[in-house]
Amino acid sequence: MLKQRPFLIEALTAAGLIAAPFLLPLIGFAPNTANRILVWGLFGLGFDILFGFTGLLSFGQSAFYGTGGFVAAYLLTRAGFPNVMLALVIGMIAAAAVGYLVGLIALRRTGIYFAMITVAIAEVFFFVEFNPLADWTGGENGLPGVPTPSIHLGFTTLHFTTGWSLYPFLAFCYFIGIVLALRIVRSPVGAVFRAIRDNPLRATAVGHNIHSYKLTAFVIAAAYAGFAGGLLGVLQAFMPPDAFTFDTSGQLVMQTAIGGRATLFGPLVGAAVWLSLQDFLQATLGLGAAWKLVLGIVFVLLVCFLRNGIIGGIASLYDLATGKRAAQEPKDVLPATNAPAEQPQPAAEASPARQTDAPSAPATHLEDGTTASPILQARGLTKRYGGLLANSDIDFRVNRGELRGIIGPNGAGKSTFFKMLTCEVPPTSGTIVFEGNDITGMTVTDVCQRGLTKSYQVNQLFAGLTVRENLTIAALSALRGKFRLDLFRRIQNIPGLSERVEQTLELVNLTARPDTPVSELAYGEKRRLEIGLALATAPSLLLLDEPLAGMSPRERVETVKLLKSISQGRTMIIIDHDMDALFELAERVTVLQEGRVLVEGTPQEIKNNTTVQEAYLGGVHGVLAA
Amino acid sequence: MINWPNFVSQLFNGLALGALLALISSGLTIIYGTLGVLNLAHGAMFMIGGYAGYVAFEYTHSFTAAVIAGSLFVMVLGVVMERVIIRHFYQRPHEDQLLVTFGLGICFVEIVRLLFGSQSQMVPPPPLFQGITSLGFMFYPTYRLAVVGIVAVALGTLFIVLYRTRLGMIVRAGIEDSVMVDSLGINVYRVFMIVFGIGAMAAGFAGIVNAPVVSLTPGVGDDILVETFVVVVIGGVGSFPGAILGGLIAGEIISVTSMFNPSYAYVMLFAAMTLVLVLRPHGLLGTQGRE
Repeated sequence: MLKQRPFLIEALTAAGLIAAPFLLPLIGFAPNTANRILVWGLFGLGFDILFGFTGLLSFGQSAFYGTGGFVAAYLLTRAGFPNVMLALVIGMIAAAAVGYLVGLIALRRTGIYFAMITVAIAEVFFFVEFNPLADWTGGENGLPGVPTPSIHLGFTTLHFTTGWSLYPFLAFCYFIGIVLALRIVRSPVGAVFRAIRDNPLRATAVGHNIHSYKLTAFVIAAAYAGFAGGLLGVLQAFMPPDAFTFDTSGQLVMQTAIGGRATLFGPLVGAAVWLSLQDFLQATLGLGAAWKLVLGIVFVLLVCFLRNGIIGGIASLYDLATGKRAAQEPKDVLPATNAPAEQPQPAAEASPARQTDAPSAPATHLEDGTTASPILQARGLTKRYGGLLANSDIDFRVNRGELRGIIGPNGAGKSTFFKMLTCEVPPTSGTIVFEGNDITGMTVTDVCQRGLTKSYQVNQLFAGLTVRENLTIAALSALRGKFRLDLFRRIQNIPGLSERVEQTLELVNLTARPDTPVSELAYGEKRRLEIGLALATAPSLLLLDEPLAGMSPRERVETVKLLKSISQGRTMIIIDHDMDALFELAERVTVLQEGRVLVEGTPQEIKNNTTVQEAYLGGVHGVLAA
Repeated sequence: MINWPNFVSQLFNGLALGALLALISSGLTIIYGTLGVLNLAHGAMFMIGGYAGYVAFEYTHSFTAAVIAGSLFVMVLGVVMERVIIRHFYQRPHEDQLLVTFGLGICFVEIVRLLFGSQSQMVPPPPLFQGITSLGFMFYPTYRLAVVGIVAVALGTLFIVLYRTRLGMIVRAGIEDSVMVDSLGINVYRVFMIVFGIGAMAAGFAGIVNAPVVSLTPGVGDDILVETFVVVVIGGVGSFPGAILGGLIAGEIISVTSMFNPSYAYVMLFAAMTLVLVLRPHGLLGTQGRE
């Protein structure tokens, strides 16, 4: 919704902001209400990036609103600072700096912990403002006498005072705010934010340092809050201490949810609804204090029935009215049902071509070393969960260019073994050497950045995003590293990104549906996307945990074909229970049983090995030995 | 100003506050542990317990009746809230659960404000516990001593329910793995409802017991909620013993700091929470892997 034509949204926003002072008085809006809506809307832009886009629900934004506001107000009143704009910017920087420090603590945990910690921290700021810092902040009196801005343009000086006279200044600030926010949301960083919201585990696994990105979102939100706090002082000619209260944070959260999260305009819409309802209920209906109860009930009903708020509701209505949904759904169902019948043909056609160009496909980590050199070597790998020995003393070596299969009965410790190789779980003892470097004890993110990643046994996709967005997120980590602050860069301008995404789409045979949301994919397609996510990170060693699990026989045949084409020019290790498929694919097979390597050899050797037959069929000797 | 009896009396204050926080936090933590829902309306439950008790006291002039009415009313409210609204949020993301309970909390506070106004109300302590008691070296308000006893009994009861009954066993199993409990043929939804009721009742009970100490206002639950969060973070989410330990620690920190300078009470509390987060991210008695 946010990325159709370039600058369309910016232009519409500008038009709306310019038209507002002419239209709003007609429906009885006081200028002061419009100004307050803009300040809340600007405050909410940062919060929406944090909550709507990154999925971090903070109940402590008042801390940064107040910090920015009081720093700016102190500079302008007590310190006699002349330039309003500069004071606002300094306030914003102060809030961002505080946000960085608070983020370091609050982001140690996620989910409800994060929410609770932000509440507690904001409460501390409130008390600090009231008492220890009362000499600077005026305590419960706040800071009166905040001046309004005037801007010297050389030939003339613009004075902004109150009401509609102040409106252009606030509207200009809001416009700059929304332009920057749109840039951030459309940047590679914005894409990673959404990945974190949808599936933080996978975002880490495809090689993004999500902690740094979360901290970035937190600081952005604090900066917006700080600037908006400064504007509050300017708007009221007085910096009120209640900027620091929990109610401020709560109101922001409610307005964002009412307007619609992850829309950027949600907080503005929410603030408009909130403030006009408040005026209407209090003044027109004379409800007095009951206005907040009415708004509370409205809020609860919206959360229950209209999860994406007013903007989300309007968007669904629009889709319904234009028949977009109705037209889309059958279209999505059709390829899914027809897929098995249609797909073998193009796949068969495409695969010879693919095999020839596969080595040039995104396997950047691959160097043309001799095939006999080991790419991965594990020594004495052991994992103990309390009394349970999941893996014990595994020695394992895979050569460059090899396709290795791993089989073993359920509970043999195959998945645990993979988790240790990708550093998702640390081994109790033993070492892992990848491309000559000891990677034992590294993070999943670092290991993925070095070119070792895995596709999961249970799909770990970014469920709210489209196929293309999913692959983009994975490809970004290979092209940008684990963390980069290119906040204002256009995602299309990253060299090689779209090529890599297209190549991966082709490799996993999803070119027909790049813009379909993941939630609408068929199971087999999701499975292929799962492999695609790992592929798009350009691994030199790819681990696949049961890629064939849960597939129909037909899908299996196709996926085996797919795996064969992927394996050109790559080193892969595949776990699966489908022995026929594995024996067909793999050059060598390792058999795990009860956490140990039972035997290793060519598929032919494994097939004829009596201990393997016993392990699977429970031979007589096994029973006697036990 | 800082002398020995003063210090000891602050320690007692801390014990009383800590016991109270422990009780409220256990309610919050068992609800979260079992249902996976952080109830942001928990502070409002505490406040409603106080008001329900206040109404009962106005009619009967019996403190016992007030305590019973306050706890039962909040328990029923919790059960209704779970059945009508919370139940539909188990499958939705955490953020939605936070939003809806937050909104409900505001509704509750505003309803009470509408009915009783913003001015504070008072419930006197029962005649038995009025006045002050001599502890030999100092005098201390009798009712505050009684609060420690009353809350200790309540916590003990909660302990017995959680650790010595069949229901408690199911609840503790549900905290570990509610899907498994469901597949064992136990109606988890019924258990969820009961747990929500018990958890809410803990807050309501604390609310009426606290009413003679701190006067009642519609906003009385807001600060308590924040303190409860700190307690839960310190003690470890989902841990009943953690809530008790965290409650006592938080109570003492607030009281002892207040002796020197009340405005630093929250700062110290926050510092303690930060320390725990840095040294033991899962809380003092929390287990790894729960979020």
